[in-house]
Amino acid sequence: MSVRAIAAKLDVLPRPRGVLARPRAGDRSSGGGLFAARTGAALLAVFVASVVLAQVQAAPAKAGVAELLVKWTPLLAQGFLFNLLISALAMALGTAAGALLGSARLSLHPPIRGASWLLTQFFRNAPWLVLLFFVMFLLPFEFTVGRVTVPFPDWIKATLGLALPIMANVAEIVRGAVQSIPTAQWEAARSLAFSRRQTLWQIILPQCIKRMLPPWMNWYAILTMATTLASIVGVSEVMTITGRITNAEGRTDLLIPIYSYVLLWFFLYCYPISVWTRRLEARYAER
Amino acid sequence: MDDIAGWFRWLHGASGIKLTIFYDSYDRARFLQGFLTTLRLSAFCLILSVVLGALAAWLQGSRIAGVRRSVTGFVALFRNTPPLVQLYFFYFALGPLLPKVGGMPLLGSFGWAVVSLTLLETAFAAEIFRAGIEAVPKAMVEAASSLGFSRWQIYRQVVLPLAVRVSMPAMTNNLVNLVKTTTLAYAIAVPELVYMSAQIWSEQVNVPEMMVVLLLSYVGIVGVINHAMQWLEARLAVPGFGQ
Repeated sequence: MSVRAIAAKLDVLPRPRGVLARPRAGDRSSGGGLFAARTGAALLAVFVASVVLAQVQAAPAKAGVAELLVKWTPLLAQGFLFNLLISALAMALGTAAGALLGSARLSLHPPIRGASWLLTQFFRNAPWLVLLFFVMFLLPFEFTVGRVTVPFPDWIKATLGLALPIMANVAEIVRGAVQSIPTAQWEAARSLAFSRRQTLWQIILPQCIKRMLPPWMNWYAILTMATTLASIVGVSEVMTITGRITNAEGRTDLLIPIYSYVLLWFFLYCYPISVWTRRLEARYAER
Repeated sequence: MDDIAGWFRWLHGASGIKLTIFYDSYDRARFLQGFLTTLRLSAFCLILSVVLGALAAWLQGSRIAGVRRSVTGFVALFRNTPPLVQLYFFYFALGPLLPKVGGMPLLGSFGWAVVSLTLLETAFAAEIFRAGIEAVPKAMVEAASSLGFSRWQIYRQVVLPLAVRVSMPAMTNNLVNLVKTTTLAYAIAVPELVYMSAQIWSEQVNVPEMMVVLLLSYVGIVGVINHAMQWLEARLAVPGFGQ
């Protein structure tokens, strides 16, 4: 029997609930169920098993894989911290620019609205890697302001490149949140003689913060994972360093342990964020 | 065709804008090959991830706790680790372990890109389908069960068709993300759009032009996908379900 027939017979088909009707802001929404903390354990198990296996297989004369990992951990940690630095800077930049772009999308002037719509769509739909290439190749490696030459290193360019898609997505979050506030509030504020700016800053935006936080955190996690893209354009972050280590050691038995080690680090950083995002979402949804 | 090539050649002479892909047959062939590889990679991953995602979502409703947990773990793992590291893990760490057939690796860079991206997208698709399945009213399942449908039949003939429809908007986003994520395959030298464009711009030194072409190509692909999915959504709409 077809769905249509069952639907006609039973007539019990309600509209789909909000879970999926969410705006695109939730693109890569947070991870699996809360109880999946075991996954971390599973990844850890893969990592430990691969280390032990490699350790056992290693010839007695050579250093064990575990020792190698310990030896390289400080360098890897340095690289990972660099990733976190890039992610924090790109997020700050992207959020500031995105807030502006998002407000532009709420403008009363059609040209500003149109232009900001176009910008948002463009940067949301272009692949991150291509944007990164764009910024890397088309920005100069140094600026000359008057007589002073300011160097413009690769990693700052990469940060700018990563901030672009974040900007567009934050703009979308801002717009979505502002539009989710009932129109009646705007009207009420107006009848109390608030100006448009006052209404936005004192009434609408304070309520939006709460709605914007979960998707914003979600984007932060996505950005943190995307910082590894910087290795493709030559920034010395954790993936570049991993590549160099495997080259320097030239040991095939090191490959699985070291890559799962890096995966584990990212998982340990991003998974709590995604769990926290879920909790916030659930808590705000109740009210 | 010749007119277009002629015009772009004239454009290069007149303004310095060098779009060799329109008049140099070698560059054009490379660019088209890259374009097709991107489409092929996307199509493979799309089909596999939808099938596996539906399977994973079904397994998440399993009565065996171990199965449920491992699916949840799989989803959490692939969603919370960088896709690029996953790709490197598969290609550089697991790749060498695979047996060679006649001196050739069993899976090339394209194959590993398909495997890695498929698993990533499966994790996203599973989550989307799960939400879609949860949105199917319990009464429907009970009604089907009272009509003598088996568990698998209920899933196949009642829950899944409805869940697919509910999931459509989220799947569109996922599909767009998939196409954008295929650019990562550049890192393991899959001859897709970015890789081919990079070869062209490093030989012809026309980085800005190729960048614009590249961005427009992706925006174009994404636009086509959005329209196609909207059409499909309208086509599959069930009266009384959704708006």
